[in-house]
Amino acid sequence: MALKGWREILIGGMITDVGNSINYKTGDWRSFRPIWDDKKCNNCKVCWVYCPDGSIVVKDGVMIGMDLDHCKGCGICAQECPQKAIKMMEETKLREAVK
Amino acid sequence: MTTELVKPTAKYKGTPKGLEGDRAVAEAMRQMNPDVVAAYPITPQTEIVMRFSDFVANGEVDTEFIAVESEHAAMSSCIGAAAAGGRVQTATSGAGMALMWEVLWVASGSRLPIVMHAVNRSLSSPLNIHCDHSDTMGMRDAGWVHVFGENVQEAYDNAIQMVRIAEHPDVMLPSLHAFDGFIIGHSVERLETLPDQAVKEFIGKYTPKYSILDWRHPATFGPMDLQDYFFEHKRQQVEAIQNALAVIEKVGKEYGELSGRPYGLMEGYCLDDADYVLVGLGSTMGTAKVAVDMMRESGAKVGLLKIRCFRPFPQKMITEVLGKRKVIGVLDRSISFGAQTGPLCLEVIASFFTNKVSPNLVNYVYGMGGRDIVPAQICQMFKELIEIGKTGSTDPVQRFFGVRD
Repeated sequence: MALKGWREILIGGMITDVGNSINYKTGDWRSFRPIWDDKKCNNCKVCWVYCPDGSIVVKDGVMIGMDLDHCKGCGICAQECPQKAIKMMEETKLREAVK
Repeated sequence: MTTELVKPTAKYKGTPKGLEGDRAVAEAMRQMNPDVVAAYPITPQTEIVMRFSDFVANGEVDTEFIAVESEHAAMSSCIGAAAAGGRVQTATSGAGMALMWEVLWVASGSRLPIVMHAVNRSLSSPLNIHCDHSDTMGMRDAGWVHVFGENVQEAYDNAIQMVRIAEHPDVMLPSLHAFDGFIIGHSVERLETLPDQAVKEFIGKYTPKYSILDWRHPATFGPMDLQDYFFEHKRQQVEAIQNALAVIEKVGKEYGELSGRPYGLMEGYCLDDADYVLVGLGSTMGTAKVAVDMMRESGAKVGLLKIRCFRPFPQKMITEVLGKRKVIGVLDRSISFGAQTGPLCLEVIASFFTNKVSPNLVNYVYGMGGRDIVPAQICQMFKELIEIGKTGSTDPVQRFFGVRD
């Protein structure tokens, strides 16, 4: 997103374009990443109910994964999952593993 | 450069009354009939809230009066109500204003045109309920438009004008008018009030561009604003408060056509040929007019410049009016501890530096905690200015007038 100058924006930080929080990527705040085990998951969608950021992606009524562009890594999904199908792993360790 | 304002023929005949400053402001509020008033009583402002809540209880206004539990809650309620699109007012003094502190910035940063009637009171400690300008001077960087009134008439007139200034689309900032606690707030003076209809017409209807209750056009007020946009929003506030200079003059002129009492950014008294000029704010300027008359009788070329508009500070006009005088004394009724002078004098000095003039100047700090100031003392200041004119020595620049050694 190109940043705008002070003459081009609404006063007071006001926001009038509804739903624009999707444009604000908060995924890089995360220090723990949710790792989802689709074999343990029974698609109860408790995680979807609890996720404070709408980062559980559901398609046609079926859980298909996490939106890592917006997931801040709070770990609520892992805590609430009745099947223990979500684990939180440290981002740094995951990144080291990639190397 | 003249500070004289042409007095137009008034469109409306005023009604002469004898009222205290607080009561005159409450009367102005009744005539303005704001949507919401949220306020907490504090001396010497209490009478405004007390009288206004009578109007609410008697059904003389349509205002939703919120009896809050503190001034922090008062300003917070004002912010919510203003974001909801209401025309909102409050009143406070001294410690009450200090308790509003963090939310004063929320009001200006959110660009909500709240009007505050501020009755100047000192700040504790030691505990003192009387007048100095420590309270409103303390919030001088809060992003509020800030004007001072000299007497009961000006307190009434400013109260009405602030609504138009705050709500002007080029400004959209919370605005306060200050007047001296007890000296104006609790003293009965003669004033003329406008007919209710004239006030109603003058302030007009407020139609906010955005409101949180307008669900067809949803808007978020006061969101998180980090490194990427916060600075841009502050830059907008700078522009808005500078725009207020022209708006204050325009509204003051229009108010003059209505009432016969025009207002500008400042007012001169015996200024045109004056070599020795005192500059100041508030009720002391009325006292100083008497002192100017006394000095003029003995032939001294003295004059007075009363600053009405403190924020935004009219630096260009100040320099044009004062730049070529022999000696200037700036009166401050508050102290900026650790600074070289009081807040008003700092502004005057900065204006001179910006515009590359350097007349002889001293600063008089006076009247702290309601310490009385009388014409003979102001004559003494003028005599000091005349002496400085002879010696050229302004040392010390900051002088504490009326304090016992």
